[in-house]
Amino acid sequence: MALDSKIPQGPLADKWTKHKNTINLVNPANKRLIDVIVVGTGLAGGSAAATLAELGYNVKAFCFQDSPRRAHSIAAQGGINAAKNYQGDGDSTYRLFYDTVKGGDYRSREANVYRLAEVSANIIDQCVAQGVPFARDYGGLLDNRSFGGVLVSRTFYAKGQTGQQLLLGAYSSMNRQIGRGKIKMYNRHEMLDVVVVDGKARGIIARNLVTGEIERHSAHAVVLGTGGYGNVFFLSTNAMGSNVTAAWKAHKRGAYFANPCYTQIHPTCIPVSGDHQSKLTLMSESLRNDGRIWVPKHKKDVEAIRNKTLKPTDLKEEERDYYLERRYPAFGNLVPRDVASRAAKERCDAGFGVNATGEAVYLDFASAIQRYGKEQAHVKGLNEDDAALVKKLGQEVVKNKYGNLFQMYEKIVDENPYETPMMIYPAVHYTMGGIWVDYNLQTTVPGLYAIGEANFSDHGANRLGASALMQGLADGYFVLPYTIGDYLANDIRTGPISTETKEFDEAENKVKDAINQLVNNNGTKPVDYFHKKLGKIMWNKCGMARNEKDLKSAIKEISELRAEFYKDVRVPGEANEFNEELAKAGRVADFLELGELFAKDALQREESAGGHFRDEYQTEEGEAMRRKEFQYVSAWEYKGEPKNAVLHKEDLIYENIEVKERSYK
Amino acid sequence: MNLTLKIWRQKGANDKGKMVDYQITDVSPDMSFLEMLDVLNSELITKGDEPVAFDHDCREGICGMCSLYINGEAHGPDRGVTTCQLHMRKFKDGDTIYIEPFRAKAFPVIKDLVVDRSAFDRVQHAGGFVSVNTSGNTIDANAIPINKHDADTAFDAATCIGCGACVASCKNSSAMLFVSAKVSQFALLPQGQVEATDRVLNMVKQMDEEGFGNCTNTGACEVECPKGISLENIARMNREYLKASFKG
Repeated sequence: MALDSKIPQGPLADKWTKHKNTINLVNPANKRLIDVIVVGTGLAGGSAAATLAELGYNVKAFCFQDSPRRAHSIAAQGGINAAKNYQGDGDSTYRLFYDTVKGGDYRSREANVYRLAEVSANIIDQCVAQGVPFARDYGGLLDNRSFGGVLVSRTFYAKGQTGQQLLLGAYSSMNRQIGRGKIKMYNRHEMLDVVVVDGKARGIIARNLVTGEIERHSAHAVVLGTGGYGNVFFLSTNAMGSNVTAAWKAHKRGAYFANPCYTQIHPTCIPVSGDHQSKLTLMSESLRNDGRIWVPKHKKDVEAIRNKTLKPTDLKEEERDYYLERRYPAFGNLVPRDVASRAAKERCDAGFGVNATGEAVYLDFASAIQRYGKEQAHVKGLNEDDAALVKKLGQEVVKNKYGNLFQMYEKIVDENPYETPMMIYPAVHYTMGGIWVDYNLQTTVPGLYAIGEANFSDHGANRLGASALMQGLADGYFVLPYTIGDYLANDIRTGPISTETKEFDEAENKVKDAINQLVNNNGTKPVDYFHKKLGKIMWNKCGMARNEKDLKSAIKEISELRAEFYKDVRVPGEANEFNEELAKAGRVADFLELGELFAKDALQREESAGGHFRDEYQTEEGEAMRRKEFQYVSAWEYKGEPKNAVLHKEDLIYENIEVKERSYK
Repeated sequence: MNLTLKIWRQKGANDKGKMVDYQITDVSPDMSFLEMLDVLNSELITKGDEPVAFDHDCREGICGMCSLYINGEAHGPDRGVTTCQLHMRKFKDGDTIYIEPFRAKAFPVIKDLVVDRSAFDRVQHAGGFVSVNTSGNTIDANAIPINKHDADTAFDAATCIGCGACVASCKNSSAMLFVSAKVSQFALLPQGQVEATDRVLNMVKQMDEEGFGNCTNTGACEVECPKGISLENIARMNREYLKASFKG
């Protein structure tokens, strides 16, 4: 099947408006006859479910957590971008578009990104109307901060809990529709297959996680807002339950999987403390607005710090290497995430890591505390030379901005970051790859849509900070509710979809067989044993830097681990009860397939771009080397084992942006 | 560290539960409480026993999914944290730790330490929203300036994570702190004014129907709340309720 991205004709700035004006609509009376399933209730799924219900469709929404409010969008900290230009610093739709394409290292689709930038301002209006309490300045207007990879302040925020506030906004809109009966909510349900009837997605098979019951649900269209697959690395900043299962089942039913190797390794996470570690904690990138990143200049100081005979605060300025400021003077500590992460890895690999494992760098707020303290002393007419007073005033400002993050750090690490620099190290955070979708967000299976992090479309090879929330809400509030109408307009006479068909029988039996195989396996090792092993392979061989030899061995090792998993995994308990190990086993089984495809994708991409860095393809200065012949989206078609997956290419055409060497110097 | 754990085990909603003893060795002080339970579960599975069921997801203190009543306190002995952020350094070698589910009539046990908190969702369905459709044509976000103090206070109320610690800590199993946080967020913002009367009446009605108890101003909820949601919210909700009752 040839990939058709269905990008509308015409000038870039007019495409979306023109498209909206020409696609089919479903009249309000007919919407009542149409059912839509939305899987996942994060920013994308939650906003889509609410909006579709407002429009009049009958929505069934599913989440594996005990409430839609728990979806992992809730953990996003720093903010959401929007081209409002409230600060008058030259921002515009075009600039947001440009920054996103450039930040993505010229591997995203122009038309999709432009639309994203175009609707970004509407998101802020909508959220404020819902009562989302964004940060405001003393004049009562909305405040902004700046984020990595851009030169304007366009990020709206609610302290370090922006994701929480936006998700609770979407959740409140869902609640209104649940109360009206327009959304039927299925909590603690996990989607385990998509049902395809006559080539169209017509329902799902879900497992009730409380009773273990396997359920059939039908609809005229199915929307997946099921997030990313960062947990293939075991350790990531994702929630414990975040998984690829829904997306992977869709892939097995015919949805192409795009760019699986594009993973974002976030530069500012709390370093790993030991083997017991179950997840990693992110510290918002917004900290890089005020924190300066450094390691000691000399190895002897590194040793002394590791032996705890030297405190980092005792090291003089000239003995420190602020390596981002040194290498990238124009953007300094605010370079994009992939650049910052690789630079940290480079220093740590060279032996300058500052903790016992050698995998940590400093994020230091001492200069910011000084700067803010002096400013406050000046404003208040106090003595600017009183060091203790300046420090106290400065710490108050920093506390106001980042208090919850500092508290979180102190609880985990047991050190006070107001007094000593934080230690950070990169960790897996976000996956730019995902299910391939066209301009309408439809997958290669008609009637099956993918939105938010679950799709691949907007971030190219690297996502800019504060753009995940923007994309999730853009897809759910403003894009999908329009584009899905074009498809559903053909279904107004279809009537209810029966679940008593051979397609539902087949899908249900397949799900039950897979579950029975797992619970009756009688192996010896818990699920986590395999998940941790997979994670190690992924991190060591498909992590921040990749090469042909490692990738080939990763493919082999993952395939062997998969065989071992089915031979030796032990899943206690029964199929028909609350059984978290069983749920985990199913998710890890899918990660074991995805992981191999991931490595295969990274192997074929013989270039470096954004989050995908191949040792063989770097410039003399160690920067990513893009190659023109790889200016395409790799979309994989399922053919049984991951090794048999077939590659389809969607060429990326840049008509409105000049493809340049990405430089942040 | 070596510890003795006394954990509530209950097969299903209709089964009788009991406390069961477990020994755990070599616990690192850097582990989180839930990582300690992961280790226990991994040992239980390897031995062929059933692991302990508990709710958890983000493990960074924001999703509100984790719970646990640890040594008689919701989310354990530390302040301002959820169970997933509680670290074992808060305990001593040789300690005995009691681990129970959040207990309240409105939160029935599903299995072991997992409880059903969907009553909270239903209270939100009754009025925890501003009725605005998604259109892209709402007024500009800066059209209505909002006093910074009000915006910040609304934000503080809105940081509730819906974990249920307030209910578990309350001797009356009251949900007033949870409900008042949502009512306050909207009461403090101009966007929430139009529906203020119906909102507070409907949410309180639903809260009562779910079987939560009354508030007797003991304040345990505020102490145990991992997000520091203030009792002032309850006072504000009482004022809103009184105002609405006269109007309504």
